[in-house]
Amino acid sequence: MNAVSPIDAGRPVQAASPAPEPLLRTQNVTLRYETPGAVITATRGVSFDVNQSDRFVLLGPSGCGKSTLLKAVGGYIKPSEGTMTIKGRTIQRPGADRMMVFQEFDQLLPWKTVLGNVVFPLTNARKMSAKDAEARATHYIEKVGLADVLNSYPHMLSGGMKQRVAIARGMAMEPDILLMDEPFAALDALTRRTCQDELLRLWEDTRFTVLFVTHSIAEAIKIGNRILLLSPHPGRVKAAVSDVDTTNIADGSAGKLEQQIHDLLFNDAVEG
Amino acid sequence: MSAMIHLNPDAALSAGPEIEPRRMGTLEAIWSNTAFRKTMILVLLAVIWESYARYLGNPLLFPTLTDTIKALVSSIASGVLPSRTWASLKILAIGYSSGVLLAAVLTIVAINTRLGTDLLETLTATFNPLPAIALLPLALIWFGLGIGSLVFVLIHSVLWAVALNTHSGFRSVSQTTRMVGWNYELRGLRYVAKILIPAAFPTILTGLKIGWAFAWRTLIAAELVFGVSSGQGGLGWFIFESRNMLNIPSVFAGLLTVIVVGLIVESLVFKTIERHTIQKWGVQS
Repeated sequence: MNAVSPIDAGRPVQAASPAPEPLLRTQNVTLRYETPGAVITATRGVSFDVNQSDRFVLLGPSGCGKSTLLKAVGGYIKPSEGTMTIKGRTIQRPGADRMMVFQEFDQLLPWKTVLGNVVFPLTNARKMSAKDAEARATHYIEKVGLADVLNSYPHMLSGGMKQRVAIARGMAMEPDILLMDEPFAALDALTRRTCQDELLRLWEDTRFTVLFVTHSIAEAIKIGNRILLLSPHPGRVKAAVSDVDTTNIADGSAGKLEQQIHDLLFNDAVEG
Repeated sequence: MSAMIHLNPDAALSAGPEIEPRRMGTLEAIWSNTAFRKTMILVLLAVIWESYARYLGNPLLFPTLTDTIKALVSSIASGVLPSRTWASLKILAIGYSSGVLLAAVLTIVAINTRLGTDLLETLTATFNPLPAIALLPLALIWFGLGIGSLVFVLIHSVLWAVALNTHSGFRSVSQTTRMVGWNYELRGLRYVAKILIPAAFPTILTGLKIGWAFAWRTLIAAELVFGVSSGQGGLGWFIFESRNMLNIPSVFAGLLTVIVVGLIVESLVFKTIERHTIQKWGVQS
C-alpha cells in the first residue's frame, strides 16, 4: 500500500520500515541564496531521511527549491538553518561520496573520451591506479550498454548516451548516494523512457541509493520508492509518499496515485 | 471502440542504403580543393609581380620576383639569412614564453580573488591599447641596446592579449563543469590545471595565437631599430641593413622570410595543436 500523508513542516518524515540510522538525514533545513538585490529563501524547514537503497524522489513545481536542496546535499550550498548529515558526518563541501548527475549535457568533460570521463574521478578522488580504474570504468560503461563508444569523445554521442555515461561515471565511484538533478529532462520522450527503464534495471542490479529530483509526477512514480512532495515559494514539505513501488500501471494504481499527487500540487497552486 | 495497430507488412524488407557516395567530375573535384584554389591565387599574384617589375624596370624601387628569389637563395646558401632568422626566433621564444608565464600567474591570481580580477581588468584595459613598439625608446633607456629591451617589448606585446583571453576563457567555463570539478574533490591549482585550463582551452589558444602574431610583428619592427650585439642582429636588422646597402632584392627576400615564418607557425604549429585538441574534442568556437 502506498500512502500520501500531509505533514507538518519541521517534523521529520519517518521511514516506512524503521531503519537504525538513515544514510542521509536532513533536519529542519532552510536554504537561502543571495542575488545582488535580494536574499531569496529557496526552502524553509525541510526535513527528510533517506535510507540505504532508497530511490528517493524530490518532486515539486518550479520554485519549490528541489534542485537547491539537492545542491545542498551535494555540498555546493550551506544551509542557513538546520543540519544535513550523511552517514552521521555533517555535509561541509562537495565530495566524491555524493556523486552528481546533472541535467546539462556539458557535465561530461569534452576533452576526455567516454572511458577517460569515467576513469578521471576514480584516479583523482579515489586514488585508484590507472589499471584498476580502467577496469572498473569499463565494467560500468558496459553496464549502461556503451561498450562500443568507449573511446569516443562526448561530442560524438547523442543526448541519451551522454546521460548514460554520466550515470556510469556516478555509479563507478560507488558513492554513498547518487544525486540526480532532473537527469532526463533534456531528453526526448522516447529516450527518456528508455533511460528511466535502464536506471531501474541498474538499481535492481546493485541497489545503490539515489536521490532524484524531477518535476514530472509520472517520472517520480516510475523511478521512486519514496516521494517527497514540495510546495513552492518558499519550498516546504507538502507530503511524503511511501511504498510508491507497490503501484503499477496495469491495475491503474499508478494512475490513481498520479491523480492524487496532481490534486495536491494543483490545490496548492490555487491557494498560493 | 478500442485503438488498433496495423503493422506494415513491408517494414521488414530492405529499404536500400541510407547513405550513398556522390560522384564528382575531375574538374569539380579539383576546383573544390581549397589548397588548389589558393595556390592558383598565389601563382596569379606572382605573375602580376613579375610582369609589373619588368615593365617598371627599376630594380632599386621594385625588383622582379626572379631577382628576389635569387637573392633569397644566395642569402640562404651563404648562411646569413638562416642565422638571422634563428637569432630572431631565439629572442621571440624567450619573450613569448616569459609573457605567457606572466599571463598565467596574473590570471591565476585573478580568478582566485576579486581584487585580482580588478587588477587584471584594470591593467589589461590600460596597457592593451598601447602598441608594444611605442615602449621601445623607453626600454632602450632602461635596458640598453640588447636582448633585454627586445624581451621587454615582447613581453608587453604578449602578456595582455594572452591574459585577457585566458581570463575570459576561465570565466566562461560553465557552472556545470565547475561543479563536476568540485564533485571530484579537485581544489586549488589542481582544479585550475585539470578543469579550468582544458575547459577554457579554445579561448586560451585564441589568446596564444593573437599573442604570437603581436610578438612576431613587434620583434621585426623593434629589430629594424637596432641589431643585437655586434652584427648578430635578427631578421628585422637584416632587412634594415640590406636597405642601407641598397640591396633591394635582399630586402624583399627578408620580407618574404618574415611572411614564411609567420605562415609556418600559424599553419603548422597552431593548426597541429588545434587538430589534436579542440577539433578532436568538438569544442571549436
